[in-house]
Amino acid sequence: MSDTNEKIVEIKHLEKRFGKFQAVTDVSFDVYRGDVFGFLGPNGAGKSTTIRAMLSLIKPSGGELKLFGKNLSKDRNYILQRIGCIVEKPDFYKYLSAEKNIEIFARLSGMNVTKSKVHEIIEFVGLKGREKDKLSGFSHGMKQRLGIAQTLIHDPELIILDEPTTGLDPQGIIDIRNLILQLKNERNKTVLLSSHILSEIELIATRMVIISKGKTIVQGSVKELLNAQELVVLFTVDNIEKAKQLLEKVSLSEMIDKVDKTNLLLHISQEKIPVVNKLFCDNGVNVFSIEAKRKLEDYFLKLINA
Amino acid sequence: MFWKSTYNEFIKIAAKPRSYIGIAAITLIIVIILFAMKSDGMNFISFITSSFEQTLSFEGNILNGNLIAFVILQMLIIHVPLLIALVTGDLVSGEGAMGTIRLLLTKPISRTKILFSKYIAGCAYTLVILLWMAFLALIVGKWLFGSGDLMVLNSDGLIVLQEHDLGWRFLCGFSIAYLSLVMIATLSLTLSCFSENSIGPIVTTMAIIILFTIIGALDVPVLQKIQPYLFTNHMVSWRNFFEDPLPYDAIMESACILLIHIIGLLGIAVYKFNRKDILS
Repeated sequence: MSDTNEKIVEIKHLEKRFGKFQAVTDVSFDVYRGDVFGFLGPNGAGKSTTIRAMLSLIKPSGGELKLFGKNLSKDRNYILQRIGCIVEKPDFYKYLSAEKNIEIFARLSGMNVTKSKVHEIIEFVGLKGREKDKLSGFSHGMKQRLGIAQTLIHDPELIILDEPTTGLDPQGIIDIRNLILQLKNERNKTVLLSSHILSEIELIATRMVIISKGKTIVQGSVKELLNAQELVVLFTVDNIEKAKQLLEKVSLSEMIDKVDKTNLLLHISQEKIPVVNKLFCDNGVNVFSIEAKRKLEDYFLKLINA
Repeated sequence: MFWKSTYNEFIKIAAKPRSYIGIAAITLIIVIILFAMKSDGMNFISFITSSFEQTLSFEGNILNGNLIAFVILQMLIIHVPLLIALVTGDLVSGEGAMGTIRLLLTKPISRTKILFSKYIAGCAYTLVILLWMAFLALIVGKWLFGSGDLMVLNSDGLIVLQEHDLGWRFLCGFSIAYLSLVMIATLSLTLSCFSENSIGPIVTTMAIIILFTIIGALDVPVLQKIQPYLFTNHMVSWRNFFEDPLPYDAIMESACILLIHIIGLLGIAVYKFNRKDILS
């Protein structure tokens, strides 16, 4: 849930052409203060192009980009001072130490950053003891952590993370997810997160937008968007024929998706699960397990394939 | 913010291993020249003065530190541009190749200021290279070979410049040599704005120098019209300070042409860098 109704990102009908290639056709979305905002789309949908346009790395061909209520093309420095970001992968100067890298970017942040603040932030991302080491010896996960340290060093209001878990091992993914939740809960930051790992968005985002082929498909609260969807529920029962007959009897047979020896896959709403379960149990069909499968992936694929 | 950015650029240049290649190469070349002169310098002098020996007699310390500095400047001014471009050609494109440009350009500082920070750092590096060359050639040269009058052979004949008259000539000579090296730094920085890799601008800078040098040397009427405007023809204008009397017009013309090139190239670099979409 958003903490306030204050929009800190307003993107309207964003367009970007590279010569004849139209990378972004019509992307629009709003991010509210306090959101963990999921930015979803298949590869080539225009996510990175949109993020680069938001950070003034590329010039849009059309549309309007407003951040913190100001126009990006007119108030670039005012806006960028309030943003911390990682675009694609966090690249640093390999010939400098972690500490020197953070100091270099801190100097350009427009804020006075003390040495103790640099050490504090390095400790926050779990790199204490490695601050004097050169980046050439850092793993991808460590660079990702340093990237987050770099985004936080000037205490920005909005943090933009473009695919922050790419290339990380499972533990690294969990660590980054926990870091993002910490940023939201303990530091009150607004986070815009683009990721191709959709379950990540489902777990931590409050609001989201899905784009495909350079266009916005849908945006809104993650909870509302997902609740509006039917669940795919797998019932494992002992008598599949009887179960089918029971569903036909109560006019629920059209909800059957797949059937095999013991499994029945149904498309039903959340409220219908106990109804069906009771129907089976009351009529002598033993239910061994019920597995609700409502993944963002299903929703995502359904939308982009529509 | 601009000076903080410039300070950052100094730190980056100082930390990059490639920055020391130029200094190491100049040191090695000058040490070899000094060693060769020390062991066989008089034969070199005899070779130069052989055509005058029947009409003139030479006395005193001809093979001195001033002559060594003059020879070194003459030999190295053609090759130092490569060493300069090695660093300045990497200033923008190197950030693109490393990916750090994405972070750098999302900071609240204008692209023009970032570019000028890099330019100032590049010019400072060029100055360090030239001062190191001057130190090795003049100070170490005088320490090893002593001081004395400078004998200069040019197209008009032999000029002997007295020792007390040489200080300001070397100072002005090194100054205009610096201007020509800054011109190279500007060229490679400008090319760097068009490239996403480090090698391209360095190779292109050298290719342009070689091409312009060849065009400048060709005795073809159609090319002679453009020859006075080629910057490569003005990179040796430091030699004018070792003429007597001084060719003021030629010196001013060279300085102006180099300055016009610097301003024009900087304009192109600013234009390109500000409009560049960062896709790396």
